[in-house]
Amino acid sequence: MNLAQALSIVIPALQDALVVHANGFISRESFNLEDRLGNFYMIGSMGLASSIALGVALNKPERRVVVFDGDGNVLMNMGSLALIGTQQPRNLVHLVFDNEVYGSTGNQPTISSHVALDAVAHASGYVDVRRVEDADQLRAAVQELLAPDPSEKNGPSFLLVKIEPDREERHIGRITHEPQHIVRRFMEAINQDI
Amino acid sequence: MVSGPQFVQHLRNAGFDFFTGVPCSLVKGVLATLEERGGYIAETREDAAVGLAAGAYMAGRQPVVIMQNSGLGVCLNALSSLSLIYALPCLLLITWRGYQGKDAPEHIIMGDILPDLLSTLKIPYRVLEEQTLEDAIGWATSTLKQTSRPTALVLPPGVTA
Repeated sequence: MNLAQALSIVIPALQDALVVHANGFISRESFNLEDRLGNFYMIGSMGLASSIALGVALNKPERRVVVFDGDGNVLMNMGSLALIGTQQPRNLVHLVFDNEVYGSTGNQPTISSHVALDAVAHASGYVDVRRVEDADQLRAAVQELLAPDPSEKNGPSFLLVKIEPDREERHIGRITHEPQHIVRRFMEAINQDI
Repeated sequence: MVSGPQFVQHLRNAGFDFFTGVPCSLVKGVLATLEERGGYIAETREDAAVGLAAGAYMAGRQPVVIMQNSGLGVCLNALSSLSLIYALPCLLLITWRGYQGKDAPEHIIMGDILPDLLSTLKIPYRVLEEQTLEDAIGWATSTLKQTSRPTALVLPPGVTA
C-alpha cells in the first residue's frame, strides 16, 4: 500500500471531519484525490500540522479533527505528541502515514525505521493507539476511529499507517489554492452547522 | 511595575482569550496568573506555539504567544511559511533578554538584533513601557485586525515581573 492507496481508503470515512494536512506529498496527494472544504493544507512550516490541529480541536470540542501527518513531520515536532497526550482532546485523531522516507525531497531515509512512533504516542498519553500495515487493517481501523462521536471517546487516538514509499517519482500537482483562500474555506467549514 | 494580574487583565480586556508559549523569567508573574486562572497551554517549542495559535485563531480565538526573544529565532519558519502567508494573526509577547547589551552571553546577539529581526520579518512591533502599556495593547489589537498578521509587543526588563 502506498500513500495514494492509503488515502483512498481513509478519505471516504472522513464525513464532516476537519483535516489538517502535513506539507509535501501528503497535502498534494490528498488535494488531488478529493479537495474537501474542511481540508487545511499546510504547505510550509514542516512539523506543525499536529500543533495547528490541536489548536482547532481544543477550541471546537464538538468537531472531529483529524491530522494527516508523516513520519518526517512527526520526528520534527515530537513535542507535539507530548502536548496532545497532556491535553487529552477527545476529538483528535492523529494519522501518521509512515513510509520511512522524506518522500517529497527524493526518498531520503527518515529515522522512523528505528523509532516506533506508535510507542511514542502511547508513552505520550494517547488513549487509543494502533498500527496497521495493510489495506484491510486500515479500513477496519478508520471505521472504528472516525465513526464515533467525539463525546464517546476517552481521549486522543493515534493510527500509525505503515506504507511503501513510491519508488517512481510522482508527478503530482501542487496545491492550487492561495494560502489565504485555504484559511477562508477552512474557517467556513469549522463554523458550519453539522 | 505592572503586576502579573494587572498585565493579564489588560490583555483580557482587549479581547485576547487564548494563551500559549514557552516561559521567560521576565514574565514570571504574567505566567503565574495565567496558569492560576487556567487556560494557558505550556508548549514545548515556540514554533509549535505559533502553530497552536494558528489553529486556535481559525477556531475563533484571539491568541497570544508568549516567548523569550531566543524563541523568535526558533519561530522564523513558522512565521514566514505559516502565519504571514496564510494571514493568521496572533499577538507575540516577546521578552527582551540582552536588552542594552547587559545580560548573559547567550542573550547578547539576539538582544542586539531583535528590533531589526522583527523589521526584516515585517512584523509590526512596539516596545512596552509601564506608563503606556494599555495604549500599546490597544495599538496591537487594532494592528492585528487591520493586517490579519502577527504583531509583536516587546517586553524589556522592569515593566512587569
